[in-house]
Parts: sequence; structure tokens; C-alpha cells
Amino acid sequence: MMREKMESVKVPGKNTRHKVLLYALSTCAWCKLTKQFLRDNNIEYEFVDVDLCSEKDRERVRRDILNRGGDLSYPTIIIDDKTLITGFRKDKIREALKV
Amino acid sequence: MITLEKVRQRAESDAKTNGCYLNPDQDFLKDLFEGLKRNEERYGYPSCPCRLATGRFELDRDIICPCDYRDPDVAEYGCCYCALYVRKDVFEGKTPIQPIPERRPAEKQERAYALAVESPLKKTSETAEVAKESPKIKMKMWYCKQCGYVCFREEPPYICPICKAKREMFAELTMSTVS
Repeated sequence: MMREKMESVKVPGKNTRHKVLLYALSTCAWCKLTKQFLRDNNIEYEFVDVDLCSEKDRERVRRDILNRGGDLSYPTIIIDDKTLITGFRKDKIREALKV
Repeated sequence: MITLEKVRQRAESDAKTNGCYLNPDQDFLKDLFEGLKRNEERYGYPSCPCRLATGRFELDRDIICPCDYRDPDVAEYGCCYCALYVRKDVFEGKTPIQPIPERRPAEKQERAYALAVESPLKKTSETAEVAKESPKIKMKMWYCKQCGYVCFREEPPYICPICKAKREMFAELTMSTVS
């Protein structure tokens, strides 16, 4: 899979029931809230700060989001490779992660 | 060197002039100011902290804070895309702040990616040169039929920065040489 080659940061957490991938911007306050929310709930997740990543990775992120039917908006959270949530929608994230 | 205080003052004075308010959540606000500061250091202009910039002024001008979408977003949703600027009722805590949909057209967002693939980012200080490099952008002259304000950009602004007339009041300005 193309995404495997992407450089991402893994944040450890006790809750490893779901595979959580977060596309974020390092400057974005909503993305920061999302990271904080995941940490507070002890959820293991992986993130890519799209504004800081290589140009190739940027393009990979774009294709990944669009292939999944999402918008090029941040934060974008992908749960278990199937649920895509655009924006820090706490209720939707809670529902998908059952926290 | 841009300071956090300068970023704050600029936003405060802009809110005052344009009849909107700053997000009352001080921690959230500080994060946004830090994002703006970082973008200004990175790109030379304070592009929206919640959107991916290209690093080219000509392509990012619509998302330089306060962005082109702020006024219609504050009016319709109660806050701008990043929620730096809010409406009075939101500021007073009567309406909660929620993430809002992106008003910026998808093709403009795509530029931050397609560009990276087509041609690697070249830093140029000359605005005119940057515009020349991007043949996809068609710049036009627009004038406000209400106050006469003229600007040179792809599309007319949503709201006239001078007299606050709506976009419909803008018309394309064409030059003709009379012989």
C-alpha cells in the first residue's frame, strides 16, 4: 500500500482496538484539539502533519483522502481504514471509536 | 520579526473595523495566533493556520488572514473556517462554536498538492514572476459599482473591503483603447 511509505508519527495509547490515522496541519488549532482528544482518551494513533511532510507525501495524502471520498480539509481522521471523518467532530469520533 | 502580540493586535483591530469578534476561548485563540505567526515566518504572509498553503503568494492570497471567506462564513455559520473570528452571539456564548464546511473551492485547495508534483517549490520574491509562472490563474480587474474600489484578482471579493457591498456589486473592468 502506498500509505506504508508515508512518514508518520505514532502516538502510543492503551486503547489499540482501532487503527486511527490522522491527517493534520501543525499550525491548525482544530487539529491540535483532535490530537489532545485522542491522547485524553488514551487512543493509539498515527498522524501526518501535511504542511511539514515531503511533497511526495503531500500528494499521497491528497490521493488517499480523495480516494476515500473525503475533502482536502484538516483534520481528517481515518478509522480502521474505512470511516473517514472531516473536521474535529467530537460526536462522530466518539461514535466511531466507542469512547 | 513578527511577534505574537503583533498578530493579536492585528486581529483585534480587524475585528473591530469589520464588526466581528475574536474567539472567546483564550487557549484556542493563542494556538491560532501561533499558527498565523508560524505561517508568516514560513511564507512571508499570515496564511490561514487551518488550511494547507502553497507558499506562493498568488495562489494563497484568498486564504491570507482575514481570508476571503471570513465575512460570508461569520455571517452564515457564526465563525470563520478556523474560528478565529466569530459573530456577536457566538462571542457572547449564546451559540456554540462548531467546525464549519469549507467554502474555498476544491480546485483552489488542490493547488497546494498538484503544484508539488508538477514543479518543485521555487521561492521567488517577485510577485509578478510568480503570477507568470502559473498560467492557470486568470487575473482580472474588478471594480465595485458602489464605491469604485478596484482590485486585480481571479474573482471579485465576497464583500467590498471598503464599502461592504456584496459580490454582486462587482463588475469586470475591461480596458479599451480609443483611437
